[in-house]
Amino acid sequence: MSWNWSVIWEYLPRLLEGAWLTLELVGVSGILGILFAVPLAFIRASNITFLKALVYGYIFFFRGTPLLVQIFLIYYGASQFDWIKDSFLWPVLKEPYWCAIIAFTLNTSAYSAELLRGAIQSVPKGELEVADALGMSPLMKIRTVILPRAFGMVLPAYSNEFLLMLKSSALASTITLLDITGMARTIIARTYTPLEIFFAAGMMYLVIAAVLIGLFRLLELRVNRFKYISREGQ
Amino acid sequence: MDLEGFGHLLLSGAWVTVEIALCSLVLGLIIGIVGALAKLSSSPFLYVPATLYTTIVRGIPELLLVLTIYFGGAQFLMWISSFWGYEGYIEVNAFAAGVTALAIAFGAYSTEVFRMALLEIPKGQWESAQAMGLSPRQTFFRIIVPQIWRLAIPGLGNLFQVLLKDTALVSVIGLNELMRQAAVGSASTKQPFDFYLAAAILYLLLTLIATGISAWLEKLSKPEMRRAKA
Repeated sequence: MSWNWSVIWEYLPRLLEGAWLTLELVGVSGILGILFAVPLAFIRASNITFLKALVYGYIFFFRGTPLLVQIFLIYYGASQFDWIKDSFLWPVLKEPYWCAIIAFTLNTSAYSAELLRGAIQSVPKGELEVADALGMSPLMKIRTVILPRAFGMVLPAYSNEFLLMLKSSALASTITLLDITGMARTIIARTYTPLEIFFAAGMMYLVIAAVLIGLFRLLELRVNRFKYISREGQ
Repeated sequence: MDLEGFGHLLLSGAWVTVEIALCSLVLGLIIGIVGALAKLSSSPFLYVPATLYTTIVRGIPELLLVLTIYFGGAQFLMWISSFWGYEGYIEVNAFAAGVTALAIAFGAYSTEVFRMALLEIPKGQWESAQAMGLSPRQTFFRIIVPQIWRLAIPGLGNLFQVLLKDTALVSVIGLNELMRQAAVGSASTKQPFDFYLAAAILYLLLTLIATGISAWLEKLSKPEMRRAKA
């Protein structure tokens, strides 16, 4: 075995194509996941017993089973039922791209709903009372007080969850998608240089993770800027 | 749900899943302890590689790690054996490759758990053990280890849950564990939903059992938290 650098350079454009798909998958399902997690978190923090139990079951299932099972359940499982094949859902569910997005979204929303619930419950009581005293409607209170505060508190934990999702996105390659891992496997099938190409793929994940960590730091400074204003004034 | 007689196949797969998880756990714990000691040592020859190891492994997907060990491992072993003049094809055993990959991943995370636990123990204990004439090795096994367990068990319990779910990745390299058997069953019965749902339920059961055991160990490691018998 001689380490073959040239094969990495030769296939770098294709790996970058894969990196774009990885970013797309993580980005789209990250945004959809957090949008979906907000109502789930509010239900978990509420007193509505029936809905609470339902959401807890959802979270328990998606956190207790491997993501790979969830992906296969959606991608292969949906084809078992003729009524799905005949319905308007089929054009979406037959595409591996959308199945991956659906699976990642459901999975990450289960994890982030739990994180968000903790943050919502730890918004200081005084701030909620002040909002009431100012005559805010419940919706306005959620929009202007609870959510901004909860997002500020949840960001460090959420950035962790987001990085885990970046790593999980490699599973998209198991349903024929050509993300970084999928692209690497296709290239290796042609060149038979697994160590070099997997090394390059791994480095790409590391670079993306490093950039994401930096972006989350910036976002954290921005969202929690009220904490730093007094310090800047000095 | 009708598994058409494939139920025992799923159960045998679940057993392989448990085997993979336990083997990776043992190996990963050893890596974790050694890694934590290396990371806390003052010699750069130890802490630089250990830090590189945890940073890199925690940043790349577990699936990529499994694939690299399985396919790259063959390439690597063929290169080594070429020194002895063997030029044939070598295939890596899927079970060994899977366990190695999962242990490397688990080891990176458990290194951090053990490192935090070791940092919790006051330096004074090392010093007083030395003053009492214990060798560093005796100090480590008799004074430090009994204490790090209780600090590390909650963190390790969480990591084991992740490990249990990551065993599904080994199906990608063709090992007949739960996920793979579900795929086999669904291919021959054309009922993928039933089989993957059955697999999901078995994974949930395994996760529940693991949670129970780690809660029990946590209680066991904290005698002062047990209620006094009247």
